[in-house]
Amino acid sequence: MPNFDVMAVRRDFLCLEQKVHGKPLIYFDSAATSQKPSVVIEEEMAYYRSFAANVNRGAHYLSEQATKKYNNARARIARFINAQEASEIIFTRSTTEAINLVAHGLGKCHFVAGDEIILTEMEHHSNLVPWFLLAKEKGLVLRVVPVKDDGTLNLEVYKTLFNKKTKLATFVHASNTLGTINPVTEMVQIAKNFGVPTLIDGAQAIHHAPLDVEKLDVDFYAFSSHKLYGPTGVGILYGKKAWLERMPPYQSGGDMISSVSFDHITFAPLPQKFEAGTPNIAGVLGLAKAIDYVEHLGFKNIHSHEQSLIDHLLEELRRIPRVKIVGQAKDRVSLVSFTIDGIHPHDISSIFDREGIAIRAGHLCTQPLMKRFGVSALSRASLAFYNTHDEIDRFVTAFSRVFEVFKL
Amino acid sequence: MSAISDLYQELIIDHARAPKNFGALLEKSHGAHGDNPLCGDTIDIELLIKNEFLENVSFRGDGCAISKASASLMTESIKGQSLEQIQNLFEGFHGMLVDDQPPGSYLKKLAVFEGVKQFPMRVKCATLCWHTLMAAINESPSNVRTE
Repeated sequence: MPNFDVMAVRRDFLCLEQKVHGKPLIYFDSAATSQKPSVVIEEEMAYYRSFAANVNRGAHYLSEQATKKYNNARARIARFINAQEASEIIFTRSTTEAINLVAHGLGKCHFVAGDEIILTEMEHHSNLVPWFLLAKEKGLVLRVVPVKDDGTLNLEVYKTLFNKKTKLATFVHASNTLGTINPVTEMVQIAKNFGVPTLIDGAQAIHHAPLDVEKLDVDFYAFSSHKLYGPTGVGILYGKKAWLERMPPYQSGGDMISSVSFDHITFAPLPQKFEAGTPNIAGVLGLAKAIDYVEHLGFKNIHSHEQSLIDHLLEELRRIPRVKIVGQAKDRVSLVSFTIDGIHPHDISSIFDREGIAIRAGHLCTQPLMKRFGVSALSRASLAFYNTHDEIDRFVTAFSRVFEVFKL
Repeated sequence: MSAISDLYQELIIDHARAPKNFGALLEKSHGAHGDNPLCGDTIDIELLIKNEFLENVSFRGDGCAISKASASLMTESIKGQSLEQIQNLFEGFHGMLVDDQPPGSYLKKLAVFEGVKQFPMRVKCATLCWHTLMAAINESPSNVRTE
């Protein structure tokens, strides 16, 4: 696809073709969840229509079809992120569950009291709360990498946090609040120099740029389907085989055992060891289709369109009086958080909603960052490749409505 | 379809920008803290209750225009009232927003919030202060959350 035609792309997203409160929908909340192209929706439907059966069991035709497709999807995802083996791809419900799986597993086989975990001030609660609870349970210490005024991490401090007790370094790839893309290659390398394993929360990065876990040499990488234009209810944990083999199962029950008696249980090999219960089969197949779709568009095209959108939006926002942008990193994904002096983000969001514009408001599940920047809540506009420059212009125009309502 | 002006009526904007009874009480008998965990709004209410009458009330907190204006107008309408009258006001206000009852005339200025029910995501902004107030009066031990 040499020329990226956004209007053609938009026709793949039926949900975008609607009016909200009488105005054409402008969806600027893709960082919360992305819209899904028709091919993904059709793929889910095809499963239920044509070969709905459980996987990894039953020697009948439908089950064979479903199992084959399900295994192919796992291999597809492994290729997408360049994992060495498909069995290093574990399906979960969400990024959150993927992180909980690692916290549980490392809690059982890796950490002892007094050990330290390095994480950052810009973590989403999903990569903060599990470690906080584990630290409390096992007597671990959390070491926090501070965020600088421009919304980037203080790498100098990061380097100084490592010591003999450091047993994990975990950090978000791209901040859902600040937009900052962290220098993860460098950060993984620093951790490796200290012999410390790493976990990256890639929820806000996976849909913006290609990922190569092999080259990155990260031990764990978590992301979700629904931000990658796939269905909700599917998360992915990539883990290096050696770690996944060492960690005990997360949940137990059906599908995750090789043999069971009342005296002894043998766990199934990877990846089934971590996938107790019937999975979200349709969702996994939909995700594989979403990956096909994204790679067909091409990350190069996606990146250049999204960058031109966010550059345009930042330029316009900087011109609006009373608007303050939180997070000034140059290397960023296509989202921006802001405040309007004198107006609470929830009020801003309600007024934009009546203009047909969907943006996010609140603490964005990053309360430590709210404290860091001295705010209780933020407004956030997040863009995807299906957004247009015209939508940005209409969004910027709608600010006058916000000021009008508040007599500013 | 309801217009945005149904939500942000002039009285609401005025109270949001210059809330009444904002601050702390020197002499108080009751108090409670309330949170809207989903949006991060917080409120602290202090009361001076003597002989079943509310002699004084104040609030502090951080939140949207609806939550601030609601707290401001609530404090205006309950100051000097009996606890029984306050209970009636709470039921009338809550009924108007949550149970779709028409506002009784005794609600007076509080009826300005009727438009909020057209914005279901914002109902909890208007009711947080009332739930916190009732918790303070009843001295519920735990923090307050809303519907």
